[in-house]
Amino acid sequence: MNMQFRPGEQKGTEAVVKQAIADCDIHPTRKDPKGLYPYLEKRWRDHLDAYGALVYQGMVVGPLYPKGQPNASRRDAVPPEGGVQGSSLKFMQQQHLDPNNVALGIMCPLSLQGFRNLDLGAALARATNDWQVAEWSGQDSRLRASVVVANEDGEASAREIRARAGDKNFAQVLLMSRNTEPLGQRRYWPIYQAAEEAGLPIGIHAFGNSGHPITPGGWPSYYIEEMVGHSQCQQSALASLVLEGVFERFPRLKVISIEAGFGWAPSLAWRLDKHFDRLRSELPHLKKKPSEYIREHVWWSTQPMEEPDERQHLLDVIEWIGWDRLMFATDYPHWDFDEPSRVLPAGVSKENRDAFFLGNARQVFGIAA
Amino acid sequence: MTRHVVAPVDELPPGSRKFLTIDERPIAIFNIKGEFFGLLNRCPHQGASLCEGPLIGLAEAETPGDIRYTRRGEILRCPWHGWEFDIRTGQSYCDPKKFRVRAYDVNVEPGARVVKGPYVAETLAVSVEDDYVVVDL
Repeated sequence: MNMQFRPGEQKGTEAVVKQAIADCDIHPTRKDPKGLYPYLEKRWRDHLDAYGALVYQGMVVGPLYPKGQPNASRRDAVPPEGGVQGSSLKFMQQQHLDPNNVALGIMCPLSLQGFRNLDLGAALARATNDWQVAEWSGQDSRLRASVVVANEDGEASAREIRARAGDKNFAQVLLMSRNTEPLGQRRYWPIYQAAEEAGLPIGIHAFGNSGHPITPGGWPSYYIEEMVGHSQCQQSALASLVLEGVFERFPRLKVISIEAGFGWAPSLAWRLDKHFDRLRSELPHLKKKPSEYIREHVWWSTQPMEEPDERQHLLDVIEWIGWDRLMFATDYPHWDFDEPSRVLPAGVSKENRDAFFLGNARQVFGIAA
Repeated sequence: MTRHVVAPVDELPPGSRKFLTIDERPIAIFNIKGEFFGLLNRCPHQGASLCEGPLIGLAEAETPGDIRYTRRGEILRCPWHGWEFDIRTGQSYCDPKKFRVRAYDVNVEPGARVVKGPYVAETLAVSVEDDYVVVDL
């Protein structure tokens, strides 16, 4: 049997990457399935013990994402003291934050949204946010939390966001790309209103459970189709946000597209604009072309980085998106981690590198050095 | 090329791996069913410690549904992105033209010959009675 094991030697705590970076997608994990219990009211602990947490996904008997590698994580990221990848702050510091010179790390806790019981969802969101502060951002000032919300309950989500407004532990509001409805629809507007009021960007991370197939064409056979399907989901979410008029209603709202690629952004914008020219009367609430809303309101986290054979093709896409719009991310400790020293081709100017690795994130999150 | 003595054969039983650094190069030595292999422990893709990955087989299919799974335990799969490499040659299976991980010759030599040299074995006490795993690099 093949198991990961450690050769007993890790990168030292000395930074091996000179460039200070922001990592806009780090995944902290509970030490065990009951890791949130200290932060949950007894009523909900008892509920979970008796009934579990139902999500919008049928026929699930195991973890939804053990894929590609164990726990969908790097095999070398298992903490030496035990536990799953991403569950030890100390090992995260030693293996990632210190050697990769992470000056700002944005945490995106997964598998904590999309519950069918909305009251349970609100309780779990609150517990998740308390846990992030108590065990992570409160322990290491480089780390910032995401306001996790009970996404299918707009009003409860807005209450949670308002409860965290002004708390410097929190850098953004976190949503997943897969929800029961496209993300621009009005049931989600209270989330955007509260986020705008709090001055928090909305991070939309790939994944989540929606009850719908991941592709518009039905349930696929292979994991790779699911991986690629995340880009399609994200395109649907962004199109919905633009076309429903979310950015007209909430003009100061910032959206960060996380872990869904960015090479498709120009194509989506061109297609939206082309059809908008012909179908404008259907959407009188839009005052600008769809591409303009995308350019003004959307930022892109980079992992998993596009890796075309011709590096110039990558640079061409970035030229359309803008070097001021990309935010580096590693996805640590997940298996499709991007290594900061290898992610950009040679020849990128210092100004653009600085923006890509740190400056854009500092600006979007409003977190100075 | 220098021949380095890595370990007495008994220390590397079948199924085991040994990680070491030689001339500042991270190396891993594998014993797979009694055969020894050596690879640079750095993935040419993004630099992960490649040799911490699992050893899998080679899945191939001439047509959809016609799957052959051969060469069990001879394909090294990177612990990060899952790129596959041939343990015998270091050849990449996802981009054979552009990527190859450096493979080194590993042999078993009797202690009598190792004692005579020329071998580098600073950290090992070599005795003539035993056999040793030796890597060329």
